[in-house]
Amino acid sequence: MKKLSARRRHPLAALVVLLLALACTGGLYAVFAPASKAQADETAQSLAIDEGKKLFAVGCASCHGTGGQGSSDGPSLVGVGAAAVDFQVGTGRMPAQQPGAQVPRKKVIYTQAEIDQLAAYISSLGAGPSIPTEAQYGPDGADIAKGGELFRDNCTQCHNFTGKGGALTHGKFAPSLEGVDPKHIYEAMQTGPQNMPSFPDTTLSEQNKKDIIAYLNAVNGDDTVSPGGLELGGLGPVSEGLFAWIFGLGALIAVAVWVAARTAKAKKS
Amino acid sequence: MSSQDIPEENLPAEQGAHGAVGVADEQNPFADPGLPPHEHRVQDIDERAARRSERTVAMLFTVSMLSTIGFIASYVSIPHDKSIFVFPIGHINALNFALGLTLGLALFAIGAGAVHWARTLMSDEEIADERHPIEASPEVRAKVHADFKQGAKESALGRRKLIRNTMFGALALFPLSGVMLLRDLGPLPGTKLRHTMWSKGKLLVNMNTDQPLRPSDVAVGSLTFAKPEGLEEHSEEFQTEIAKAALMIVRLQPDNIKDKRELEWSHEGIVAYSKICTHVGCPISLYEQQTHHVLCPCHQSTFDLSDGARVIFGPAGHALPQLRIGVNDEGYLEALGDFEEPVGPAFWERG
Amino acid sequence: MSTTESTEARSRGKAPAGERVADWADGRLGIYSLAKANMRKIFPDHWSFMLGEVCLYSFIIIILTGVYLTLFFHPSMNEVEYHGSYVPLQGQMMSEAFNSTMHISFDVRGGLLIRQIHHWAALIFLAGMFVHMMRVFFTGAFRKPREVNWLFGFLLFVLGMFTGFTGYSLPDDLLSGTGVRFMEGAVLSVPIVGTYLSFFLFGGEFPGGDFVARFYSIHVLLLPGIMLGLVVGHLILVFYHKHTQFAGPGKTNNNVVGMPLLPVYMAKAGGFFFLVFGVIAAIAAIASINPIWSMGPYRPDQVSTGAQPDWYMGFSEGLIRVMPGWEINFWGHTLVLGVFIPLMIFPLVLVAIAVYPFIESWVTGDKREHHILDRPRNAPTRTAFGVAWITWYFVLLVGGGNDLWATHFHLSINAITWFVRVAFFVAPVLAFIVTKRICLGLQRRDKDKVLHGRESGIIKRLPHGEFIEVHEPLSQEQLHTLTAHEQYKPAAIGATVDENGVERKVGRSEKLRAKLSEAYYGEEAQIAKPTVEEYKEITSGHGHH
Repeated sequence: MKKLSARRRHPLAALVVLLLALACTGGLYAVFAPASKAQADETAQSLAIDEGKKLFAVGCASCHGTGGQGSSDGPSLVGVGAAAVDFQVGTGRMPAQQPGAQVPRKKVIYTQAEIDQLAAYISSLGAGPSIPTEAQYGPDGADIAKGGELFRDNCTQCHNFTGKGGALTHGKFAPSLEGVDPKHIYEAMQTGPQNMPSFPDTTLSEQNKKDIIAYLNAVNGDDTVSPGGLELGGLGPVSEGLFAWIFGLGALIAVAVWVAARTAKAKKS
Repeated sequence: MSSQDIPEENLPAEQGAHGAVGVADEQNPFADPGLPPHEHRVQDIDERAARRSERTVAMLFTVSMLSTIGFIASYVSIPHDKSIFVFPIGHINALNFALGLTLGLALFAIGAGAVHWARTLMSDEEIADERHPIEASPEVRAKVHADFKQGAKESALGRRKLIRNTMFGALALFPLSGVMLLRDLGPLPGTKLRHTMWSKGKLLVNMNTDQPLRPSDVAVGSLTFAKPEGLEEHSEEFQTEIAKAALMIVRLQPDNIKDKRELEWSHEGIVAYSKICTHVGCPISLYEQQTHHVLCPCHQSTFDLSDGARVIFGPAGHALPQLRIGVNDEGYLEALGDFEEPVGPAFWERG
Repeated sequence: MSTTESTEARSRGKAPAGERVADWADGRLGIYSLAKANMRKIFPDHWSFMLGEVCLYSFIIIILTGVYLTLFFHPSMNEVEYHGSYVPLQGQMMSEAFNSTMHISFDVRGGLLIRQIHHWAALIFLAGMFVHMMRVFFTGAFRKPREVNWLFGFLLFVLGMFTGFTGYSLPDDLLSGTGVRFMEGAVLSVPIVGTYLSFFLFGGEFPGGDFVARFYSIHVLLLPGIMLGLVVGHLILVFYHKHTQFAGPGKTNNNVVGMPLLPVYMAKAGGFFFLVFGVIAAIAAIASINPIWSMGPYRPDQVSTGAQPDWYMGFSEGLIRVMPGWEINFWGHTLVLGVFIPLMIFPLVLVAIAVYPFIESWVTGDKREHHILDRPRNAPTRTAFGVAWITWYFVLLVGGGNDLWATHFHLSINAITWFVRVAFFVAPVLAFIVTKRICLGLQRRDKDKVLHGRESGIIKRLPHGEFIEVHEPLSQEQLHTLTAHEQYKPAAIGATVDENGVERKVGRSEKLRAKLSEAYYGEEAQIAKPTVEEYKEITSGHGHH
C-alpha cells in the first residue's frame, strides 16, 4: 500500500484514475445494457419503440437531436425509415466514432434486437422504407445476367466491376461490397446512405435489386471462381502491372542472375 | 592456387599477367594486370562431380518429358469447366491451373537443364576476342566515295536538272494517291457531334426498368439513368446513339439550385444532365447525393450538379450539357428539345 | 564445277549427314563465312546483359501465343447474344469480338492459359524493355557506336506500347472500351483536324462498328511486322558491334571477354528462352489477368471506377488526370488544351530519354568508340538525369493510379492530384540533385578505397596508445577496376582571338556547350580519380593505414 501512496502524486496518476473510471463506466454499461434487451423481448411494438427511444437518447441523440430532428453534427432522421437504421447501425457505421470525410463500416456494437428497437423508434418518427425481407433480397427468382447489366449501369462507376470499391472526392470512398450482408446491400440501394444516392423502387425495381444482389453474390461471393487464378484484388491493370513487375520480371531477373553467375570454383588444393 | 592446375592454353595470359604485375609495382599500380588465370570448377577436376551434374541435367530433361505427358493427360482428362480450391489462390479453373503448371514446368526444366549443363560441364574458360573498329579504313572510305562520285557522274543526275526535278516531283506526288485512298475510312463529321437522339416530346425512359419516368418516381437524393424513348438495346445503332444520349437524372430541392438556367430547365427540381463527361467522354456518374457533386471515375473531373454542372475540379474544360425537360399531358417526363450544345468531349469545331 | 566435284567427292566418303547438309547449304547460302564470324562469338557474362533476352523471348512468346489466339478470335463488332458457359453473362448483348474472347476463355481447352500467357508476356515484355533500356542508359552503353541501336530499342518500346494498347482493346470489354473512348476524346482534341481524324479512325461516330477490325490488323500485322524488323536489326547490330563489358582485369576497349556462342551461350541463351517461357506459363497458371468476364461487354454509357490502362500506358493516364481543365473558345472554335497538352507531353516524356545520348555526345564532343561500360556513379550527371527521368515517370504513374492510391492509403484523391501537379515539376529536380550528390559520395568512397585500402574492421592499438583501423591494400585487379574509368575535362571555349588578332564570334551553341560541359565535368561535378602519384605518396609514406 505504501508503494501506491508513494506514487499517487505521479504525473500519470490522474490518467490512470481516469482510465479506471472509464473502464468502470463501460463495464457497468455492458452489464446493464443487455438487461434492456431482455425486457424488449416481449415484442410489443410500442415497447420496442420505447426501448428504441431510450437507446436513441443514449447513443444517438447527441448528434441527431433528442427527437431525431437533426443538428449541426448529424442529419434529421425523420422519415429515413427502418431500413436506414438497420443499415447504418447494422454495419457498425452508426454510432459514428469520429468526424471525417466519411463514416466507415466498423464493428457492430448493438445487437440485432437493439437495432430493431432503434429502427422501430425511428420509423415511428416518420414513414420510410422498412427493413427488407429475405424474399426480397434472397436468390430465388433472380436473373444473374440481368443483375450484371444493372450493376454495370448503376453501381460499377463507384464500386468497381465486381464491387471492390473505389475512390470519391476529398477522401470519401465507395466501400468494398465484399462480405456485406445482402440485406444491407438492399437497404443501401433503397436508402442511399451518406453520399451514396438512393435507388428507390420507382427507379430500380424490387426485382432489379434482387438481380443485382444475385449478380454480386455470383462474382464476389465466397465461392466465386476466378478461372484464371489469383484475382489480384480485382482492381484491374494496376495490380496486374505491379504483379508483372515484382513477380514476373523479378523471377526472370533472379533466373538471369543464376544463368550469368560464375559456377563455384574448386577449392584451392 | 597452384600453377599446375592451369591448362596449357591459358599460359600466355598468365604470362602477360605476370609481366604486367612486374611493371605495375614500379611504375603504375593501376595498370591492367590482364585476365586472371583460369580456375577449375569441381566438375573439371572431379569426374564424380561431373557425373552428378550430368545426372542432374538428365533428371531435369526427364522432368520436362514427364511434365509434357502431364500436360497431355490434364488436357484429356480434366473437364474445361471444373473448378478447384487451391489454398492461397482460391477457387480457380482446374484445367487452366494444371495446363499452366505442367507447361511451365516442362519448359522451365528444359531451360534449367540446358543452363546447368552449360554452367557445370561446358568449358567455363573466359576467352578474349578482339574488337575491330566499326568504321572502315581510310582506303575503303576513299574507294567508296570515289565509286559513288563516279556513279553519280555517270547518272548525270547533277547535270540534267530537268530529269532530277521532275523525278523528285513524281516521287513526291505519288504517295498522295495513298492518302486519297484513306478518304473512305469514314464519313465527314458534318454536324453529327452536335445532335443526339433527344428531341421535343421524347419521353425519358428509365434504363433499369425500361419504363417512362414520372416526376414522382424520382426522389431527392436518388440517381436514375435514362435513355430516349425508342432506343432499344437490340437495335443496331444502340451503341453509337447511347454514346451521346445517355442521361443522368437527379432531383434537388429547388432552393438548392444555384444556377438560374438550371432551375428553368428543370422540372420541380428534377434535372437531367448528359452522362457523358465533357473531358474525354467517360460515362460520368459518381453522384455524391449530399454534396451534389458528380465525379468522373476515369480522370476525376468533378461537376457541381447544383450549380449548372460547373467544373469544380479536374481536367474537364466545360460544364456538362443539361437537357431541358418538362412533363407531357400524361404526366411523364419528356425532353423539351435536343441538348443545346454538343455532348461529350470538346472538339475544334465546337466553339 | 570443281567445287561441286570436290563436295561430291567428300560426300561419297564418310562425311556425316549433318556435315553434308551444311556443305549443301554453304554451296547455296554461303553459311560458312557467316558461321566463321559468329559461331565462336564471345558474350560477356553479367545478369544485366540478359535483360534484353527477357524482352526478345517474351516477344517470341507473344507471337507464338498470338498466332494461336487469332485462330479463335473474331475481330468483328456485330452484336450477338452470349450463350457460352459463363453464367453471369448469359443472354447479354455483346460484340462478336467479346463473345469470341469469352469462347477462348471458357470453352476452348487451354484457351484461357494461352490468353493469359499472351497478356502476361506483354506486360513483362514492356517491363523488360523498360529495365533493359535503363541498364543501357545508366551504364552508358548507348555511346558510339551504339546510338542507332539505342534508337531501335527505343522505337521497339514505343511500338510495344501501342501494340499493347491495340491488343488489349480488341476484346471490346468495358475496361478497354473506356480506354478507346479516351483515345477518341484525345484525337478529338487535336486542333483543326481532330474531328476528321476521329471519324476516319472509327469509321464515323464513336464507337461505330469498325475499330476492332482496324485495331486488329494494326495489332497483328502492321505493328508486329515493324517490330520484328526492328528486333532483327537490333540483334544484327548487337552481333556486329559485339557486346559491351564492364571494366576489369584483362578487359579493354579493344577486346570482349566472355564465353563463346557455341556451345556455352547457345545453351545458356537457348535455355533462358525456355526458362522465360516456363516462368510466364507458371504465372499464367497462377494469376488471372484481364478477366473480361468480370468487366462485361463494352457499352458507352457504362463505366467502372479504377479504369486504368495497362502499366506502360499508365504515365499517359497520369498526364491526363492531373492536367487542369483548360479550354479556350475563340471565333467559333475550341482549343481543348486540357486534353491536347497532355497529348503533346506524352511523346515528349519518351523523347526526353531517347535524345539524351545525342545531347551527351554533343556535350563531350567524344568521337571515339566506347565498349567499356561506365559505372553509374562515374557519370554523375547522366545518372542524375536518368533518375530524374524515372522519378518523373513514376510521379505520372502515381497520377495515373491516383484513385487506387486514395483508397489504399486513405488519402484524398484531390490531394494526390495536387501533389502530382507539383511533383511533376519539383520531384525530378530534387531527384537530380540528390542522385548527383550520392554519385559524388560514392566516387569519393572509391577514391578513398584506392588510396587507403579497404576498411578491414580490425582495430589495432599502436605503441603510443593510438587506436587505428587496419586498412587492407586492394589487389591490383581491384585498383585497376576502380581507376579504369575515364574522366572528361570540361570543354572550354576556344581562343576568341586568332593569331592575327581578329576576334572570332563565339556562337550561342558553343557557349551553351561550354556551360553544359562545365556542369558535366567541372570541379563540382566529379571527383578527380586518384593518380599514381597520390597513391605512391600515400603508400610509400609512414602513415600506412
